[in-house]
Amino acid sequence: MGLTAFFFYLFATLAVLAATMVIVARNPVHAVLFLILAFFNAAGLFVLLGAEFLAMLLVIVYVGAVAVLFLFVVMMLDVDFAELRAGFIKNAPLGLIVGGIVFAELVMVVGFQTYQPNRVGVAAAPFVTEGARAITNTEALGRILYTKYVFLFQGAGLILLVAMIGAIVLTLRHKEGVKRQSIAAQVARRPATAMAVVKVEPGQAIIPTGGDNG
Amino acid sequence: MQLDGIGIGHFLTVAACLFTIGIFGIFLNRKNVIVILMSVELMLLAVNINLVAFSAFTNDLVGQVFAMMVLTVAAAEAAIGLAIVVVYFRNRGSIAVEDINMMKG
Repeated sequence: MGLTAFFFYLFATLAVLAATMVIVARNPVHAVLFLILAFFNAAGLFVLLGAEFLAMLLVIVYVGAVAVLFLFVVMMLDVDFAELRAGFIKNAPLGLIVGGIVFAELVMVVGFQTYQPNRVGVAAAPFVTEGARAITNTEALGRILYTKYVFLFQGAGLILLVAMIGAIVLTLRHKEGVKRQSIAAQVARRPATAMAVVKVEPGQAIIPTGGDNG
Repeated sequence: MQLDGIGIGHFLTVAACLFTIGIFGIFLNRKNVIVILMSVELMLLAVNINLVAFSAFTNDLVGQVFAMMVLTVAAAEAAIGLAIVVVYFRNRGSIAVEDINMMKG
């Protein structure tokens, strides 16, 4: 067994074990940490496949952003997670049945078909080699992503923008009774409304008229 | 592409295992929205492994471009889903799935 096979089995076993721990872990914080482990091992599988850029993307986007977001939410919400686990055993048989059926179907797809890459026609975007030098995965991906698939790329950016605005709008809340700065009101102030010229007679006091410019 | 004995079937099997675990997780943790979201992330990861495996073994980069799009959508979905969970918890003080029935149709 070569080194590649060894690492494949290592990453695959760890990924499946970590995924199992995600769904059976008692503590949701542990579940998030096992999710991170599963993503790291999937990134290892991507490296074995020669998709280095996607591997790094997985580590940065998932471990760096999504998993940390999960961690924040799990720690922020004051939920009794033990209570949410009620019915854990009761639901298991149905889940086993559905999961078993799906797994059997997937195994049939993998096992009963002879897959022959050589019979596939012309690849839409084959891996490029320039002379003797094979270009890196990142460069090859960039070459087609920014040319042929630039609209797809822009669409992904739009999806992220909508998600960002949606998340902000959903979680934004205005508390009552908090004094805030009103920039519009400040800009709209004019001397005519903000000031009053009072002519003071000698020996007289100024009696405020209850103005609103305090 | 040769990976000393590791063929595309091996990668597809790993992805199938992860996908099944994701489905099983949804059934197992029916009450906990956060674990359900994590199970959905696992299923999307399995899909990504499939896409990248086919991309590598057919010598075609489009699969990796598509995997990036799946990654983008997964990140957006996680952000919106967790925002909804936070807002729901603020309003009701619980995240149990059975309690989410105010909008009975």
